[in-house]
Amino acid sequence: MAALENSPQTSPDILLETKGLTRHFGGLTAVDDVDFRLKRGGVHAIIGPNGAGKTTFVSLLSGRIRPSAGTVRFAGEDVTKLKAHARVARGIAYTFQITSTFQAMSARENVMLAVQRRLGGGLLGPEEETLRREADHALARVGLQGLEGEKAGILSYGHQRLLEVAMGLGLAPRLLILDEPTQGLSDDEIAAFIALIKEIAATSTVLLIEHNMAVVMGLADRITVLDHGRVLAEGTPADIRADRSVQHAYLGG
Amino acid sequence: MSVMRRLGLGPDRATALHVGVLVVLLALHFVLPDYHHISIARIMVLACFAMGYNIAFGYSGLLSLGHAMFFAAGLYGAGLAAQFLDVPATGGLLIGILGALALVITFGAVALRTTGVSFMIVTLMFAQAVFLIIYYFGEFTRGDEGFIVPDAMRAAFGYALNEPTARYLVAFGLFAVCLIISLAIARSGLGRVLVAIRENEDRARMLGYDIYRMKLLALLISGGMAGAAGAVYAMLFGYVGATFASIEYSILPLLWVLVGGAGTVLGPFVGTLAMFYLIDITSGLTTAYLLVVGLALIGLVLFFPKGILGTIRERWASWLP
Repeated sequence: MAALENSPQTSPDILLETKGLTRHFGGLTAVDDVDFRLKRGGVHAIIGPNGAGKTTFVSLLSGRIRPSAGTVRFAGEDVTKLKAHARVARGIAYTFQITSTFQAMSARENVMLAVQRRLGGGLLGPEEETLRREADHALARVGLQGLEGEKAGILSYGHQRLLEVAMGLGLAPRLLILDEPTQGLSDDEIAAFIALIKEIAATSTVLLIEHNMAVVMGLADRITVLDHGRVLAEGTPADIRADRSVQHAYLGG
Repeated sequence: MSVMRRLGLGPDRATALHVGVLVVLLALHFVLPDYHHISIARIMVLACFAMGYNIAFGYSGLLSLGHAMFFAAGLYGAGLAAQFLDVPATGGLLIGILGALALVITFGAVALRTTGVSFMIVTLMFAQAVFLIIYYFGEFTRGDEGFIVPDAMRAAFGYALNEPTARYLVAFGLFAVCLIISLAIARSGLGRVLVAIRENEDRARMLGYDIYRMKLLALLISGGMAGAAGAVYAMLFGYVGATFASIEYSILPLLWVLVGGAGTVLGPFVGTLAMFYLIDITSGLTTAYLLVVGLALIGLVLFFPKGILGTIRERWASWLP
């Protein structure tokens, strides 16, 4: 794989870059000295066997957990010391692996919370009508039109996953991190999901953690393989498919 | 019209209900007999204390056991300023609110670094510290014996506040302001964010909200209202004593809010009204009135688990803010 040690200063087409990113949990090193570069635009997938450190890695990017060592740069700025909410403000949106919505609120209110954060609008927040319009627009993009008034808690699992994405879209992020978005979805729902991610990636950058290889191969422009917290391989889907070390990590022996 | 909408007022049922409650309370001024006239004035002021508590506990999920210190800051701020510095009511109100806000910024900002049970213990501890400080400066505060606010200082804009009419109308004015602020928050983006933090703090953080700052803001509004209620209480009823800083006055607003319905705009008032008259009526009938009050509370927990208005909202009136 490509060595990054002698890379020049961050070029404008690099949206996010990590250097030596490491996180220990007690004696376990979940993410181990990862150098990673994410280009602006398109879909970049992170794959790897269970326990490879994928979720820990993106949690370090989004600021949900702090690194033991290393740096994270986003859009040319060192964000390593920034807290999660400040990173969201700079354009890093994270959707949860385990669906995490506000169950007692309507789908619309869930997305309004995201839109409101982006629009600001003083002590009491922006005008409700503006919020409502933008929220409904985001819900329509993910195909949840007609369900705006339903409580998030009673939506089907697939719809809750879509609601998570709509909340991400409500933030109008520069980088949308999707943590296993298709987990637990039906084949039909997955097909619709792939189309949706393609549409989002046309205007934004998507970092995708995914187990479903069909989804990864169908969507990703580039793939990074993590194993035991380290980068095992990186390249186009064709490269990764042909990589013997990846086959070894996935299939064993 | 935009200002009205920003205040959560519009052509809908919720607006009609809250404005209706205000109109009824104003009308009661002209018809109530003396005893109930002063009782309702007292309830309206204490309800402001409860509304403040509701912003922290009901909307933001901050279970404070130390709100007596904010009420006492208002009470003593206004009372001591009147007693020793000859500051009349309007200045006293300002000093009281500033005193409560100062307590939020010093003690509240520290307490907000904790959550859950720790938050309860830390707020309780700070309130006890304030309680003991009042005794420590007994030379000025007269401890639990307290002191009477000089009548000359109990005046605003030329009106004597120990007169029934001025007393009722000032209590009503404070109540109306606190109710409109509560309604505006509940029906705005701010209220939605506070509820989001209460429901799922981690998710709210990942939507980009600075949880600590939002909680501090909620506590400032909450403590400010409690302080205003304390200052007005001192001016309208003329007595300042350490009882108002005791643990009892941290538990009472919690109880009023739970009875009326946490996270509802009118719940604190309904709870304060219900508890006041429950004790008032039963204590006139029997010396074992606390037993009756206890049974009433058990019945409430059984049949209205989310408080009176909270349960009504859940079962019948989902539009209730």
